[in-house]
Amino acid sequence: MSSMLEISPKEIEQKRLYAEMGLSDQEYKQVVELLGRRPNHTEIGLFSVMWSEHCSYKNSKPLLKKFPTEGPHVLQGPGEGAGVIDIGDNQAVVFKVESHNHPSAVEPYQGAATGVGGIIRDVFSMGARPIALLNSLRFGSLKHPRIKYLFEEVVRGIAGYGNCVGVPTVGGEVQFDDSYEGNPLVNAMCVGLINHDDIQKGIAAGVGNTVMYVGAKTGRDGIHGATFASEELSEEAESRRPSVQVGDPFMEKLLIEACLEVIHHDALVGIQDMGAAGLTSSASEMASKAGTGMEMNLDHIPQREKNMTPYEMMLSESQERMLLVIEKGREREISEIFKKYDLEAVAVGEVIEERRFRLLHHGEVVADVPVDALAEDAPVYHQPSSVPEYYKEFQAMETYQPIIEDYEETLLQLLQQPTIASKEWVYDQYDSMVQTNTVVTAGSDAAVLRVRDTKKALAMTTDCNSRYIYLDPETGGKIAVAEAARNIVCSGARPLGLTDGLNFGSPENPEIFWQMEKSVDGMSEACKVLDAPVISGNVSLYNESYGKAIYPTPIVGMVGLVEDTSHITRADFRQAGDLIYVIGKAEPEFGGSELQGMFEGRHFGKAPRIDLEVEKERQTSLLAAIQTGLVQSAHDISEGGFAVALAESLFGKEFGCDVSLTGNAAAELFSETQSRFLVSVRPEDHEKWEQLMTEAVFVGTVNNDGHYRVSLDGETILHTPTKKLKDAWKGAIPCLVKSKA
Amino acid sequence: MKFAVVVFPGSNCDRDMYHAVKDSLNEEVDLVWYQDADLSEYDVILLPGGFSYGDYLRSGAIASTSNIVQQIKEAAAQKKPVLGVCNGFQVLLESGLLPGAMLPNRDLKFMCHHEELRVENAETMFSSEYQKGGLIHLPIAHGEGNYYCDDATYQQLKDNEQIVFTYTNNPNGSTGDIAGIVNETGNVLGMMPHPERAVESLLGNADGLRLFQSILMYWRNNHVIHA
Repeated sequence: MSSMLEISPKEIEQKRLYAEMGLSDQEYKQVVELLGRRPNHTEIGLFSVMWSEHCSYKNSKPLLKKFPTEGPHVLQGPGEGAGVIDIGDNQAVVFKVESHNHPSAVEPYQGAATGVGGIIRDVFSMGARPIALLNSLRFGSLKHPRIKYLFEEVVRGIAGYGNCVGVPTVGGEVQFDDSYEGNPLVNAMCVGLINHDDIQKGIAAGVGNTVMYVGAKTGRDGIHGATFASEELSEEAESRRPSVQVGDPFMEKLLIEACLEVIHHDALVGIQDMGAAGLTSSASEMASKAGTGMEMNLDHIPQREKNMTPYEMMLSESQERMLLVIEKGREREISEIFKKYDLEAVAVGEVIEERRFRLLHHGEVVADVPVDALAEDAPVYHQPSSVPEYYKEFQAMETYQPIIEDYEETLLQLLQQPTIASKEWVYDQYDSMVQTNTVVTAGSDAAVLRVRDTKKALAMTTDCNSRYIYLDPETGGKIAVAEAARNIVCSGARPLGLTDGLNFGSPENPEIFWQMEKSVDGMSEACKVLDAPVISGNVSLYNESYGKAIYPTPIVGMVGLVEDTSHITRADFRQAGDLIYVIGKAEPEFGGSELQGMFEGRHFGKAPRIDLEVEKERQTSLLAAIQTGLVQSAHDISEGGFAVALAESLFGKEFGCDVSLTGNAAAELFSETQSRFLVSVRPEDHEKWEQLMTEAVFVGTVNNDGHYRVSLDGETILHTPTKKLKDAWKGAIPCLVKSKA
Repeated sequence: MKFAVVVFPGSNCDRDMYHAVKDSLNEEVDLVWYQDADLSEYDVILLPGGFSYGDYLRSGAIASTSNIVQQIKEAAAQKKPVLGVCNGFQVLLESGLLPGAMLPNRDLKFMCHHEELRVENAETMFSSEYQKGGLIHLPIAHGEGNYYCDDATYQQLKDNEQIVFTYTNNPNGSTGDIAGIVNETGNVLGMMPHPERAVESLLGNADGLRLFQSILMYWRNNHVIHA
């Protein structure tokens, strides 16, 4: 059954070669039981990638079940390439987030670029036109030359791919913290637009139908990428460079256009992209979902390199490849469409009744396994969890209170913290306008894109403050979802649903698993209260280097619906004379705050509290006020507190302000108490506004004098030219990138 | 009056150009795939931005060798308005319809934002709806938009008033702050900024619309005279 040169099944067992591929002894035994014999080299390869965490979710499945995934508007929940939510008028929005952390840690340009390519394929394989990209990035401190290199190359990679393929990169977030030093996070989200009738599924239905391969040829790149993604980064990571795929955005662009043409053809039965675990996952998942089997002749696989073995072909993660199932006898009609784009669609196999996954090569059967064994029968682990010592310690601590001597200096420093500072250096490199739908781009609370030929628009954002989650995963999980929803609401939209990108350390560590468990609990509860179902997602575990795990980082990618483009609202103040209001009272909460990190060099204590019912109530009334036309600008108060939010709202037109506060200065200015908003309102609307938002407190006015002026209990505590603050905020990242370490 | 938007493999601003003409200018327009095109039935030829052939080799280089370029040259010779934006400009340079070449941006980074432009020549068929010396804003989005030509060519461009738009705050290192030029006969315009991205106030800027209106005015005037 296997060729002469290949390692024998016996050798695989004796030398435990499966262990190098990421399978445990127990898992190997399970494979032997499922097959009723020892697997050969190709077969064990298939199992190792399909049973990796990246493809099987074997450690996270029990947690993912907790997420609410249903809602009246959800047309497709988790399980397909991406989730789908109805937006009315026979249209729907399709979105998903995906991580490319480990590839980006060793080869940042290609790692990030192919992350973008992969998520775009997930969206257009649903039949949707990709309309927007966002990305959520985490790096260590920019003071280190290696981190600077990673940061610059990741951004260049995202730009290189997204710009070429013609999908605007409209938003996202970049944060910096030492916990990501050895293991950066690169999560990319793609949003697509679709007509209901065009929704595709990745199924291999209809016995006898033809399996077609289209796109780039298969090479030796990315072999075992899924496995690599599912293990801890070590000193040998550098040697994993060949595991990183290389992207060709031009090929992707051709594939998008060709596939979006093909979905209208009635000969198409199913379509799926070859993502993680390439040909293996796409083929076996399509058959498994349809309740069929599949036979493929690997001699027909377009190959970029000579003498590729079945093992290499099946495990390759070469990019820009799609697998299609076509009604038998109609292959030519499909290949004609691809031909227009200089793409070759090749018949490589057929759908069979027997529920087997059978591969032929040079006239021999090189793999023959039950198809569900690969896609469905992966083991599921209920990992033990235990409460970490640090958490108990943090919960027992006295509330941390910063001592602030110079308010202006503190504000200036906060504005220069890379997590808060302007990300213009990043997003200027992204084409944010192509497709000409972008109404609000990076820099406001959420990006907003109009839906052409309708009055509607879509708001989108990614969010996750991992410091809060580290301090208290359940509370932090709630905050991550609530903050995303806050950003959506501030833009004038109603949250529709979300995609989650769960990035954690090793689930085999009970304390890490506890973080996973608790943050999922918190997120799920917030999803329920805020009516935002989880429609897709991605899990990236083993984000550790040298035994140190990243902060738990479950990224929330949320999309909302703006019912009328006239509701679109920005964070920037609009005009002098407008009245400034704050919704929500500041409490002295500094655990996990930007200020704490800046003063103490670490994060400790309790995360800020959150009451989801209060959150929901405020979001609902603010959205109603926005929709009534009463709101000039709205901004959520997050990292850095009120003082930073106020500065950010002034920067656009370099306005000045006169603001009077009362109470505890540190808390009023810099606390990160949740569920708070900074809103500006026209003077003539103030009565209506105050009636509607009884909780809103008037704090001051926007003016034209270009000075940021804040007083506390009648005494001026901040009086600074807005421009000075803006320059510090704008210059921080370019300065860090340019500086020599 | 009918516009053609020529679509190459890898063009990605083709639909934007199409919508600008159809929805904002309210004129007839077709997306024309580079292989099966007959440009003779069109009055205006638009070459959109994007990454034709992935910008492999050099931006616009591979597209400039395709058969349709011959038809574009014929249209240009017939004095039809030919507009190349961004990658379209690069194709015009590579095919010799306009002088000069593109280099990578001075900072070696892709950049995307609004830039202020000065209208240097308001007497072309593309700029008559602007004021000479007027300041407008248009988006740029390019990695290779650093226009280069030698001194003699630059002098010629100046003497013939072929420079239509310049940057007031040169973002990419272009010779003479050049953002857009026409050929000697004035009917082929190449420009890096994207007028088609600036035709609706909803998207923040409508300064580009007047460029398309200029083409429309020119065509109407010409056809009234010939009528």
